[in-house]
Amino acid sequence: MKALTGAYAIAEAMRQIEPDVVAAYPITPQTPIVEQFAKFVANGVVRTKMIRVESEHSAMSACIGACAAGARAMTATSSAGLALMWEMLGVASGLRLPIVMAVANRALSAPINIHCDHSDSMGARDHGWIQIYSENAQEAYDNFIMAVKIAEHRDVMLPVMVMQDGFITSHGVQNVTLLEDNIVGDFVGSYEPPYTLLDTKNPVTFGSIQLQDFYFETKRQQEHAMETAKSVIKEVADEFWHVSKRRYGYFERYKLEDAEAVIVTMSSTAGTTKAVIDRMRARGKKVGLLKIRVFRPFPYKEIAAALKDTSYIGVLDRSMSYGAYPPLYTEIRNALYSLTSRPKVQSYVFGLGGREITENEIENVFNELLEGELTESMKYIGCRGEE
Amino acid sequence: MNFKEMVEKKERFVSGHGACAGCPIGIIVRNVLAAIEDDVVVACATGCMEVTTTIYPYTAWKVPWIHSAFENAASTMSGIVAAYEVLKEKGKINRDIRFIAFGGDGGTYDIGLQALSGAWERGHRFLYICYDNEAYMNTGNQRSGATPYGAETTTAPYGRVEAGKMEFRKNLTQIAAAHNIPYVAQASIANLPDLHNKVKKAIASDGPSFINIFSPCVLNWGYAPHKTVEISKLAVETRFWPIYEVENGKYRINYKPAKPLPIEEFLKTQRRFRYMLKEENKWMVEKLQNHINEEWEKLLKLEEISKEG
Ligand SMILES: Cc1ncc(C[n+]2csc(CCOP(=O)(O)OP(=O)(O)O)c2C)c(N)n1
Ligand code: SF4
Ligand SMILES: [Mg+2]
Repeated sequence: MKALTGAYAIAEAMRQIEPDVVAAYPITPQTPIVEQFAKFVANGVVRTKMIRVESEHSAMSACIGACAAGARAMTATSSAGLALMWEMLGVASGLRLPIVMAVANRALSAPINIHCDHSDSMGARDHGWIQIYSENAQEAYDNFIMAVKIAEHRDVMLPVMVMQDGFITSHGVQNVTLLEDNIVGDFVGSYEPPYTLLDTKNPVTFGSIQLQDFYFETKRQQEHAMETAKSVIKEVADEFWHVSKRRYGYFERYKLEDAEAVIVTMSSTAGTTKAVIDRMRARGKKVGLLKIRVFRPFPYKEIAAALKDTSYIGVLDRSMSYGAYPPLYTEIRNALYSLTSRPKVQSYVFGLGGREITENEIENVFNELLEGELTESMKYIGCRGEE
Repeated sequence: MNFKEMVEKKERFVSGHGACAGCPIGIIVRNVLAAIEDDVVVACATGCMEVTTTIYPYTAWKVPWIHSAFENAASTMSGIVAAYEVLKEKGKINRDIRFIAFGGDGGTYDIGLQALSGAWERGHRFLYICYDNEAYMNTGNQRSGATPYGAETTTAPYGRVEAGKMEFRKNLTQIAAAHNIPYVAQASIANLPDLHNKVKKAIASDGPSFINIFSPCVLNWGYAPHKTVEISKLAVETRFWPIYEVENGKYRINYKPAKPLPIEEFLKTQRRFRYMLKEENKWMVEKLQNHINEEWEKLLKLEEISKEG
């Protein structure tokens, strides 16, 4: 066990994976990941080519080139950096390139703000990337290692982004149990794609133009890969359990079985919620948590099954979809639609721009839920001017 | 291999593509690839070259090829070259491969300049070729940073208060040279042996190299398809498109017209300049001619001051 920040934990995972190419650009709060990795490169600890690109657009473009050339390629970013990559995110997934990216979640401008919320990665949720969210540094480390294997699975071949909360997780020091270097090396194996640009004896055209006659089928295949990814994510988690004894599902259930009121949320806030649940359970309150780990592909069926016996659900989103319900709430409501008797669901928005959420505020949410005070409108936790 | 053998060797870019009749894109690609003996990997920016040669399920390319977006042929290629170097070090690749990125003027002078400048500064070893047709042709002839003064485009049309493009084009070749990369050149299909020579030098350079190739557009410059080479020649003879190179900082003008032609000779071959040639717009022709003369003088000085010794 080591005391590490979430950012350092990712850098350690990258060192152990030893990708062929890393192309990255600095942005708070992601920067310590690439700074630490640059030290590994500068000291010859890893045999990785590091491209210190001039923008995040180029970071993703270089990863695309490297990956199409047959290299294992990685990057990391946050906020504006992810937004600048927007165009290339869809190219990476459309070309079926298994790039792995660490994201330290940060609010989007304007107003400019360096602290955590999920607007950046939620804004990228429909770009064909697998999205995995991490509660803490340990999960960020584990998820990042698993991401390589999921992405590169021959029946998946999709890029993966692994999120952790900016500053809260990326800069907070926590105990992390690292795997041995050789265990990680064996776990991820080597990247052996079926076609590469460097296979000059078998020339392939990547990224040709497809019009009305072919584009649709290509995109449908991408969705098929996402469907396949669902089972692969599970297989990889099982394999990971064998080497780490740490178990991962699409989501985590915390005291969910008999819970009357359930909070659904993701990332570091899940940790705070667990503490509140313990406190309230000690007082006999039947409360629980469903923490989302895999947001894309979204596990609708499994979530419906997990929440079917609950009466009241509060979904806590750390981002908004202006003019519509926020993303996580939308998916949860969607998942519940298949049930004949559906729990009631309340949307809560919290923590934008790094606004802190306290245990008391979470307890208030549980109390509102237990009292059946659910509405069709969004509620805002800790935002001045609301009630 | 002599020039004849080179052109006759197995084609790596084949017919059946959809470029307009008379478009020099095919001439450029075939000649560039013919000048290189090693295996080649190509990255291409969005634009006429990409769109006309890779309509799925077909491709005109018999070498590995990638298009990822409009503004990033250089950064995509940076990743490919890094992959090549590291996989070679790790023993996974054991061939010598050469790398070429192609971009139009829009993808190079304008939207892709940042990515290209970054790649030059980082020193990735690949040849970037701009085929400069002086506007955004794939999207229907819109003005770019390479569009010459006075040319009519769809976004800088002739009107009552504006007469086509009112600004001079930027000098990208000089911008490239300012990066102090080993090899920079301007070339033309009007002089193919010179182009071959330049490609060979560029490919042999231990670092980034850049060739800016003049690339007339039949459709949007407005001329008959058989005039492509003739117009390319006129661009050189009028010193509108000097062919020169900057090799490790040393300038060499590869061809100096003994009797340079007036710019009208070039302008009058193309519909895009038709308004400029009207009597009332003669001042514009003069302004362009003066600019061309000044640029030429500067080039002569650069050649002079960078001479050995
Ligand atoms: C980010 C982005 N902006 C705009 C476009 C639209 N677009 C595609 S090709 C093109 C023009 C290409 O011009 P140029 O690079 O000169 O190549 P040409 O078509 O003239 O050969 C434009 C504007 C795009 N594909 N991507
Ligand atoms: S529009 Fe111009 S550049 Fe494009 S294919 Fe036709 S001639 Fe070539
Ligand atoms: Mg153009």
